[in-house]
Amino acid sequence: MRHLIEPMDFTVLETERLLALAEDIAERPEAYRDVCAYKKLATLFYEPSTRTRLSFEAAMMNLGGKVLGFSSADSSSASKGESVADTIRVVSHYADIAAIRHPMEGAPLRASQYASIPVINAGDGGHQHPTQTLTDLLTIQRRAGRLTGLTLGLCGDLKYGRTVHSLVQSMMRWPGNRFVFICPPELSMPAYLLAELREAGIPFETVERLDEAIPMLDILYMTRIQRERFSSAAQYERLKNCYILTPAEMQRGQAHLAVLHPLPRVNEIAPAVDDDPRAAYFEQAGNGVYVRMALILTLLELGLE
Amino acid sequence: MLTIDRIQNGIIIDHIRTGMGIKLYRLLELEQQGVPVALITGVHSKKYGTKDIIKIEGLPALPELGILAALDPHITVLRIENGEISERLNPQPPQRLTNIAKCGNARCITSCEEGIDHIFERSDHGQYRCIYCTRVLTLD
Repeated sequence: MRHLIEPMDFTVLETERLLALAEDIAERPEAYRDVCAYKKLATLFYEPSTRTRLSFEAAMMNLGGKVLGFSSADSSSASKGESVADTIRVVSHYADIAAIRHPMEGAPLRASQYASIPVINAGDGGHQHPTQTLTDLLTIQRRAGRLTGLTLGLCGDLKYGRTVHSLVQSMMRWPGNRFVFICPPELSMPAYLLAELREAGIPFETVERLDEAIPMLDILYMTRIQRERFSSAAQYERLKNCYILTPAEMQRGQAHLAVLHPLPRVNEIAPAVDDDPRAAYFEQAGNGVYVRMALILTLLELGLE
Repeated sequence: MLTIDRIQNGIIIDHIRTGMGIKLYRLLELEQQGVPVALITGVHSKKYGTKDIIKIEGLPALPELGILAALDPHITVLRIENGEISERLNPQPPQRLTNIAKCGNARCITSCEEGIDHIFERSDHGQYRCIYCTRVLTLD
């Protein structure tokens, strides 16, 4: 029995197979609509995350399965002090697979230690969010046609952005990729990740301005910068517009550029960019459903040829 | 000059980073061993400038000595018999530490639920990380 707690739980080959299955699902959804008939997904969301939860629920429904669960700790036995371990032991009798979202880091791992059903980490605090990473990988693959030999720009809050860290660690596994980190100095990529890149011999550079970096990119991954992350208001005022994507920056991008964002976006991507064919962030959300469908099938060992 | 008698039969833990001696003393639960123990701190070291030393007379049942290597790979452990060094022990750092310390991350599941062992796995870089939140264990 397998679980997905972090992206590295799947080998490169397993990840490629899962993405291939997701692509097939996207192309032929009708072939999968009854595969999970009589199966149930438990969505155990100890904190609200409407988009992720709806994505999981849509995925299971698209497969012909049913969904049960809770959307906040208040409406669960957690309000009575029940441990994650006890909850999953009980839920293992109610459902065939579980997706857990929890504010405390490591909670899904804890659940997987006591579950008799597959467990999917739907996000644990600022730690991991593996299905977001798989969604990002699928979007890159569908747009670029590959996961190799790409120049990826990561823009915004690279210090605290878990989706950025996870994406970099995942894309490192495929050959020929290089990274451009676009951020203010106080929000740079953590030193341990840069060390991993150096040890692996993967080229990267760090720049402060988005307009300088965008001409060289195949993929641009935008993230939001929060005012409170800056050490001073003056610094924020000076830099806040350097990490906002507008049509002016898009004019400097290549024709095949794809722009991703884990959403929700606030002001870091101007609405005027939405109609640019290179904007991939809304289809990215749609890809999340295909990836979750493929993941459910894989963990339930119902992956079809 | 500080003078401590030589031990006749026991163990010397040498080249402890200055200040860590007292932490090792507690980790190894030496005060519960019922044998004479000397903890010497800040003595001169040719190699490191200063160091701590622990001398234990007698041969108590010590916890896993691999913990010492996990904390500091420079630590040396000498077995003393009849006043002479009979063996230099090179404890290997274990792959996993369990309940040696608590994870210091307030956002880790181990900090809010009871009954969870605090487990740290050794990484390729020699650091110990909590298996739940992957934060690095620090004992400083």
